[in-house]
Amino acid sequence: MKVFVVAEHMKGQLAETTFELLGKARALAGDGGEVIALLGGHGHKDLAAQLGAADKVIYADHPALEQFNPQAWCKAVTQMLQGRLPGLVLVSYSSQGMDLASGVGTALDVPVLAYATDVQADGGRITVTSQLYGGKIMAESAVNGDSAIVAMLAGVAPADAGRAEGSPAVEEVSLEGLDALQVTFKELVEPEGGDVDITKADVIVSVGRGIQSEENIEMAEALAQKLGGVVAASRPIVDAKWLPKSRQVGKSGLKVKPKLYIALGISGAPEHIEGMKDSETIIAINSDPKAPIFEYAHYGVAEDLFDVVPALTEKL
Amino acid sequence: MNIVVPIKQVPDLVEELEIAASGKDLDREWLKYKINEFDDHALEEALCFKEAHGGQVIAVAIDGEDVDKALYTAAAKGADRVIKITGEVADNSHAHARALANVIGQLDWNMVFIGVQAVDERDGQTGVILAHYLGVPHISVVTEVQQSGGGVEVVKEFGGGIVAKLEVQPPAVFGIQAARQTPRYVPVAKVRRAMRGTELEEMDAGSVDVTAGSEVVRLFKPESKGGAEMIEGSPEEVAAKLAEIIKSKL
Ligand SMILES: Cc1cc2nc3c(=O)[nH]c(=O)nc-3n(C[C@H](O)[C@H](O)[C@H](O)COP(=O)(O)OP(=O)(O)OC[C@H]3O[C@@H](n4cnc5c(N)ncnc54)[C@H](O)[C@@H]3O)c2cc1C
Ligand SMILES: Nc1ncnc2c1ncn2[C@@H]1O[C@H](COP(=O)(O)O)[C@@H](O)[C@H]1O
Repeated sequence: MKVFVVAEHMKGQLAETTFELLGKARALAGDGGEVIALLGGHGHKDLAAQLGAADKVIYADHPALEQFNPQAWCKAVTQMLQGRLPGLVLVSYSSQGMDLASGVGTALDVPVLAYATDVQADGGRITVTSQLYGGKIMAESAVNGDSAIVAMLAGVAPADAGRAEGSPAVEEVSLEGLDALQVTFKELVEPEGGDVDITKADVIVSVGRGIQSEENIEMAEALAQKLGGVVAASRPIVDAKWLPKSRQVGKSGLKVKPKLYIALGISGAPEHIEGMKDSETIIAINSDPKAPIFEYAHYGVAEDLFDVVPALTEKL
Repeated sequence: MNIVVPIKQVPDLVEELEIAASGKDLDREWLKYKINEFDDHALEEALCFKEAHGGQVIAVAIDGEDVDKALYTAAAKGADRVIKITGEVADNSHAHARALANVIGQLDWNMVFIGVQAVDERDGQTGVILAHYLGVPHISVVTEVQQSGGGVEVVKEFGGGIVAKLEVQPPAVFGIQAARQTPRYVPVAKVRRAMRGTELEEMDAGSVDVTAGSEVVRLFKPESKGGAEMIEGSPEEVAAKLAEIIKSKL
């Protein structure tokens, strides 16, 4: 089977997920199958040297692909795939992939499957497992036809399986229709450094929507202080501006790997899990015993955090 | 500029979700719905844009559970028009996008602000598919839209807190992740007033001849990979046990 992987990069660096997808693609392609990496950019051809797990790299160079311009990239990936399907196309369900998967899929009239945790291709029949409803329900889908674009969640396949030495053959293709676009990339803006670097902390006490109010974050501060740790948060807390962006853990926030991660009132949506699942020890306190966070935690307490946290702080 | 905001009701994840006897859908009989939180942000960003630069905000929703209330709430918050899309529309992102495109195509619009994703979108993001059907560009994971020159400047988020600024000449569709400010709250009394003072327009979905391109074989609850060791007891007992564990790990 032919499996394509969209290589994602930013600031000259390939995304970790690209290697996850390459590893998965290798396994799916099987003996006699072919893994083809799709690489776009402007002066990024040398990145192909890191895509050794692929049999071939298709590279397209254009000034509009220097940064991630969704309109330019959708056109580019669509053209790279045109005439090369049927096949399975793996894209990361990242900020870039969210524009690409459905954009390219619809342009090529190929089925799209999102939130994927697994893909199988037995005898050419493609089935995909998706994680829906914030991680509470899984859906297995059968694809109609012999092609699909699958947007995979980060961290569902090992990246090491997709790292290999040696540059595969590079086929350079030229693109059309990228000169007059309605979307222009202006600039990349780096986050402002926060007061603390949560990626360096050994202990993180992380608060989610279950904390209910800005004032209640003090309770988490007190616990963190006892443990010499820092307070971090899920996205809704940061969107509400109760804590700065530099404290956000997850897909659009930071990835953390502390010795101890204590999740208070966090449900465990895939976008949050992506940022903390590799922590050494995870303790979750959540009043909903069915909260997906308990799948990833080592220790769980299905109680009201307002009962447990003050008692715990007291005991330490 | 006129902004269309599609609004969708999704199952409230605080409730327990059960799988229907068919094994292919949720058991929807007792399901509680709430507005997709990203749609709430999309509406907020549209209202902020309108307050700064003028234009109309038009909220649209495909008919379904609780949509009247969602539309009246949008009106109470400041939407100028609220439109319910009626007719047969299959429950997948492609069909939703086709119905939305059919209706939006008849409106006088410049931008669509749509929730970046919803918890049930198996076959792709409605917003991106909609953009394709409308023949306009899209940008997903947007946190701010500001007028600039003849067009708009859009902030798109990546991982690690990095964002990009892009300039766009509408028409375009933006998948809103978060508004520039917390979505406004309207008291129930104001929603009730909106129910009396607002004309809820109805438009037909038209021909929705698209498929998801895949079929659900089965739904299932995630198989427990072992999961957490659950600690039970009174708050005091739980706290004592947790303290032990924490001390042993640090
Ligand atoms: C493109 C994209 C990027 C995203 N990036 C991120 C990201 O970087 N980080 C992130 O976190 N999210 C991110 N999200 C959002 C993510 O989808 C979820 O919406 C978010 O993680 C939910 O946060 P939460 O768990 O705090 O809130 P909820 O899901 O609302 O969960 C709150 C939990 O608190 C529990 N609770 C309530 N009261 C109590 C109590 N008294 N005691 C104990 N427990 C209680 C509830 O049972 C519930 O499980 C992203 C989404 C998108 C679309
Ligand atoms: N039935 C619908 N009515 C109105 N808006 C919708 C509908 N379906 C999807 N949308 C919009 O598309 C977003 C993503 O939905 P989906 O891709 O269907 O999960 C939603 O948050 C809405 O903004």
